[in-house]
Amino acid sequence: MDIPYTVEIRRDTGLNNGKIGIWLFLASEVMLFGALFASYILIRTGAPSWPRGDTILNVPLATLNTMVLISSSVTMVMAWASLKRHRFGTFRIYMGATILLGFAFLVVKYFEYSHKFEIGLFPSTNNFLAIYFTLTGLHMLHVMGGMAVNAYFWGPGAKLWKTNPEWFTNRVEHSGLFWHFVDLVWIFLFPTLYLL
Amino acid sequence: MSQPGAVAPPASHVAHEAHHEELGFWRKYVFSTDHKVIGIQYGITGLLFLLFGFSLMMLMRWQLAYPGAALPLLGRILGDTRMPGGTMLPEFYNELGAMHGTIMVFLGVVPLAVGGFGNFVVPLQIGAQDMAFPRLNMASYWFFFVGGVTMLASFLLPGGAAQSGWTSYAPLSVLAGAGQTGWLIGMIFLITSSLLGAINFITTIIQLRAKGLTFLRFPFFVWTQFVTAFLLLMAFPPLEAAAAMQLMDRVAGTSFFLPSGLVVSGQVLTRAGGGNPLLWQHLFWFLAHPEVYVLILPAMGIVAEIIANNTRKPLWGYRSMVYSLVFLGFMSFIVWAHHMFMTGMGTAMAAFFQTTTMIISIPSVVILTALMISLWGGSIRFNTPMLFSVAFLPMFGIGGLTGLPLGLNVADIPLHDTYYVIAHFHYVVAPGTIFGLFAGIYYWYPKATGRKMNEMLGKIHFLGTLVCMNVIFMPMFIMGLAGVSRRLYDGGAGYAFAQPVLHLNVVSSWGAWIMAIFQLPFIFNFFWSIRHGEKTGDNPWQATTIEWASPSPPPHGNFAVAPEAYRGPYEYSVPGAARDFSPQFEA
Repeated sequence: MDIPYTVEIRRDTGLNNGKIGIWLFLASEVMLFGALFASYILIRTGAPSWPRGDTILNVPLATLNTMVLISSSVTMVMAWASLKRHRFGTFRIYMGATILLGFAFLVVKYFEYSHKFEIGLFPSTNNFLAIYFTLTGLHMLHVMGGMAVNAYFWGPGAKLWKTNPEWFTNRVEHSGLFWHFVDLVWIFLFPTLYLL
Repeated sequence: MSQPGAVAPPASHVAHEAHHEELGFWRKYVFSTDHKVIGIQYGITGLLFLLFGFSLMMLMRWQLAYPGAALPLLGRILGDTRMPGGTMLPEFYNELGAMHGTIMVFLGVVPLAVGGFGNFVVPLQIGAQDMAFPRLNMASYWFFFVGGVTMLASFLLPGGAAQSGWTSYAPLSVLAGAGQTGWLIGMIFLITSSLLGAINFITTIIQLRAKGLTFLRFPFFVWTQFVTAFLLLMAFPPLEAAAAMQLMDRVAGTSFFLPSGLVVSGQVLTRAGGGNPLLWQHLFWFLAHPEVYVLILPAMGIVAEIIANNTRKPLWGYRSMVYSLVFLGFMSFIVWAHHMFMTGMGTAMAAFFQTTTMIISIPSVVILTALMISLWGGSIRFNTPMLFSVAFLPMFGIGGLTGLPLGLNVADIPLHDTYYVIAHFHYVVAPGTIFGLFAGIYYWYPKATGRKMNEMLGKIHFLGTLVCMNVIFMPMFIMGLAGVSRRLYDGGAGYAFAQPVLHLNVVSSWGAWIMAIFQLPFIFNFFWSIRHGEKTGDNPWQATTIEWASPSPPPHGNFAVAPEAYRGPYEYSVPGAARDFSPQFEA
């Protein structure tokens, strides 16, 4: 039994199933991070004093990480575009680069976190750090999730390219949509936590 | 695939069918990706949790009716940490209360209404072979299952399960015992499960509907599941965020929900502070108000199907019902703080939320009124599903109308902490939603098994349950109006003003225990009819919607030929037609 519109587009909606699915998932993700940002606003406006992010956090490192994530979004698009042009070899290169850039992001984040712990700054220290660790921690879980999916399509999942290239291209597009969302969350996180 | 919306049987169909025949027991019945099997798994798990949640309440009702009295036999089994000498400890009472609410809402009604009926009926009603993402569907069930097991296992943690109410209000919940951590982890699994389910339902309904089945030809049940899925998709993530923050508060020592200078047992808490306990309430009710509609909408959908079928008339005002439903879905996101009038959040906030609350009552009333008018002039068949559906109308009506005073700030403040609120929302959910769900079980049972449930046993079940529901909950209105608090371990026995209505606790409790006996015919009927029920054809109720075009029980893939929709969902008694029903799926 094959489920219709897994690969091909349904004419009257103009979409395949996966595309609707991933956008619905992103809608719920917006609500998840939206709730945390709303909590941040409520706790900050209720606090008698609130530190400026750059007095505690490392802005240059975070700027570097912003660059890394934006670059990874570019390589992600290139990976998908390579598949569209039937160049599987270049897809592998760009997808590999996306995964490595994600990894670089995690390494930088590791140095940031461990430095905080070394100088005795923990989530329990104050509510600024509590929301910092919760938001960036949850974001980091999303980065890891995105990397795992991308690694699957780089490795074992790529078998699908031989049997159903269109489906495989769509799946890479959908994981790309998630990756861009994760990138976008960081674009909001960076000024909110580090600069304001 | 030349026609828009056509579901062409794929070329490899036959080969795949042959492949599926070889599935072993585990893949076929346990780790199945077939929406019907998953629907039945959800349904049976949900029914078991309903029974379990009801049992917790029956235990609580002993303490409320006879405060401090030793419970024979059962008290001894539960042991000294819960009921020493048969007398219930206050901590155990709190555990029962918190877990009754959690289990009934998140593990009983929603899995049965959405996971069970949604999964089983929706793909059939839209003429699809399965859900859009069958493996995701299986994952959804197993996330739910793990969440349920986590909740049950939390009873065995030191100090027992969660004790801070199903709402888990901070700061009490943040400072509570290990059971609360179990509750939070269980909730994260349940939220993930409903997220996967919601994505699947919306995609399936948009993409896999049969050729010719436009949105305004959907059976009302499909519409209710569609709106419900959006509510689950958008309202649950904020509670997931809140659960993550509460977990951080409990495990990592943060203070999201702990204010500065909090005094516990006479000592100032040594935490950073600066948090906001009301933040938890906002995030919780941002989910939990839409959740109320998640509980009621599928039941309304079931009732609409059964009423149209058994009055042999089209639904009155189908379009108004659909538009009301969609409007209600949107509005349900901006009424949540009417649960929080007691917090003193300010008159401006209260004015906003009581206005939206009054507005949202309009679409609910439109739907209920349309269902009532649908009865007018029909030649009604009073079979068991119809009895439950007709009883749903006044029961839900009582629940809904008694909610109006609670939506007004001034009236809510004296009533909020009393049994009035318990009576109000139980009328909505217990004789409301659960009657709808019982009706659905009797109605779609022939589709799932090829046999009808026994009518006599069904009627005994119906009458007993109807009477007992009212015996349980009607006295609570009286107690609530007399001012008895709903948060008392002794049911109000310690208060002089409660004495004149205290005997009603005994009435309620006996109502609950006798109602348990009236569930026995249902349980027996449910299993007995699988083999011994009256055999039926594909369309035993002479219904019009597409699920009845499939064989009973439907095979893997559902339909021999992909069905098409040629007309609206409820074309009963069409003038000039040969029969009193013109199915959607017949040209």
